Amino acid sequence: MEALTALVVGVLVAASVYLMLARNFMRFLFGLILLSNAANLVIFASGRMTKGAPALVPYGADTPAGVVGNALPQALVLTAIVIGFGLLAFTLALAFETYRRLRTMDTDKMRVAEPKDADEDKK
Amino acid sequence: MTSWLLVMPIAVPFATAVLAYLMRRAPAGRWISLTGSVLSLVASIALLMAVLDEGVIAAQMSNWDAPFGITLVADYLGVVMVVITAITGLATAIYALGEIPERLERLGYHALFQTLIAGVTGAFLTGDLFNLYVWFEVMLISSFGLLVLGGTREQLDAGIKYVALNLVSTLIFLSGIGLLYGVTGTLNMADLRDAVANSEDQTLITVIAMMFMVGFGVKAGVFPLFFWLPASYHTPSFAVSAVFAGLLTKVGVYAMMRMFTLVFVGDIGFTHEILIWVSLATMLTGVLGAAAQTDFRKILSFHIISQIGYMTLGLALYTPLALMGGVFYLVHHIIVKANLFLVSGVAYKLTGSTDLNRIGGLYKSSPFLAALFIVPAFSLAGFPPLSGFWAKYLIVKASIELEMWFVAFIALFVGLLTIFSMTKIWGMAFWKPHPDGIEPVPTRVPAHIRLPMMLPIIGLATMTVLIGLFPEPFVQFAETAAAQLLDPSDYVTTVLGAQR
Repeated sequence: MEALTALVVGVLVAASVYLMLARNFMRFLFGLILLSNAANLVIFASGRMTKGAPALVPYGADTPAGVVGNALPQALVLTAIVIGFGLLAFTLALAFETYRRLRTMDTDKMRVAEPKDADEDKK
Repeated sequence: MTSWLLVMPIAVPFATAVLAYLMRRAPAGRWISLTGSVLSLVASIALLMAVLDEGVIAAQMSNWDAPFGITLVADYLGVVMVVITAITGLATAIYALGEIPERLERLGYHALFQTLIAGVTGAFLTGDLFNLYVWFEVMLISSFGLLVLGGTREQLDAGIKYVALNLVSTLIFLSGIGLLYGVTGTLNMADLRDAVANSEDQTLITVIAMMFMVGFGVKAGVFPLFFWLPASYHTPSFAVSAVFAGLLTKVGVYAMMRMFTLVFVGDIGFTHEILIWVSLATMLTGVLGAAAQTDFRKILSFHIISQIGYMTLGLALYTPLALMGGVFYLVHHIIVKANLFLVSGVAYKLTGSTDLNRIGGLYKSSPFLAALFIVPAFSLAGFPPLSGFWAKYLIVKASIELEMWFVAFIALFVGLLTIFSMTKIWGMAFWKPHPDGIEPVPTRVPAHIRLPMMLPIIGLATMTVLIGLFPEPFVQFAETAAAQLLDPSDYVTTVLGAQR
């Protein structure tokens, strides 16, 4: 199971790097989303996977009986998902506003904040 | 009691942020923010007193014993960073009274600012790796907001680059945390020290260490990962860029110092050797980049990068003296750099631009501002008797003691080039007459804006001079901080043995 997850992570990272190398910012953002999910899967897999054994404590007992899934990475992943969601939502809003104001998604053309003469040197 | 001391520097800015957000439409909002900054400073000084008294102190949140719960811990390095954060926070809060227009206040400037301070402080105090990630995110999201607040085209352009590169670095850092947990089964930094040292697969540990180095390296702005910094720091309000310049990259440096003295010390010959060359390249590219710029804030932004190199060099050389220099540099740099950005804001208000070709005449018309610029500028370049001299002296001395002549030469050479950039600002903004014939006398800015903007500059410049004239207590403090970093047994036993 871990090996399969590791493969999935590898494919996700490869796809995200491919997307992030694009000049279009939207493609970059999609790459970022994939990378974020890859990172979450890394944390999830690093806690080792246990099949069909939820970390539940039986009624009346203090400790769970037998082998159960590691609950800590699940909590970490949950936190990371929520944070990642917030950040990516912000980035999407920022991308939209930037497109509205700058009329481009091409990162090579986003040079408003750069010095003017550097722009001319390039041409 | 101890846990209150540790929690307050984080809780106060958070509470202030909530109140300031609720009152963002009323003039009371800015005074709430200012009061909050004063209280933060009081809380951090109380924490400093406790640390000076007892040494390393730690507290377990919600009474979950380490290494299972979240630990807050303050050693000498952590606490001095907290205090300096509060000082910078207060200085910029006063400055914001003059600079930040009501339009930005209504958008929640003060709430974002206080959340940023809370995030930075949390990152300095936490003893848990995943918690560090969370504080990084708190810091990041508020810095995103502050950077694009106001929404000019320049800010949006800069925001895209800043956000994109910082998010990638965060994800690398997060994957590093996941892998480290997979190898060691713990996230408590003190517990990680033994767990990492006893790990069977040291090669894998080194790979993870490099992921952390890249993740923190982007935050710190080291070569070749710094490109987001000069692309963005010159666009937001001056108060915002001052607090960014002072604090944000230094959180990256701090995190690197913490992880590469406490946890990743198994293969110093490899990791720290890389860091030496990275530091040298950072110092050189930063200062050369600054030489090519003609914008006040762009020059200063590139200088942040070159100065970061000195701090990471202190870590990379990994001797008591070098680390001591690194810690001293960290503190000195925050004060000086924030102050230079504050000065650039006043210069902008007086002359109407930050482009050095389009301004001038400040020396003739505002000699007091010129004097206040000289102090941090010469301190940055390392002139005695200012604070920067001692910082550079310690680093250079450490490299000479190791007989690393090339390193010492680069450190001195970069200092020389720093003077070149500072004289460029001096010559173009202060000495030459204004190209439009304007006389930038101080009265061009109304007193209720000018006074709150000048007050923090005077305060920070005084601190620079004081550290320079009486370096002894600060050097001793840095010495203890470096000793604690090199031998963290005190840190480890306090965290793992602390029962509240």
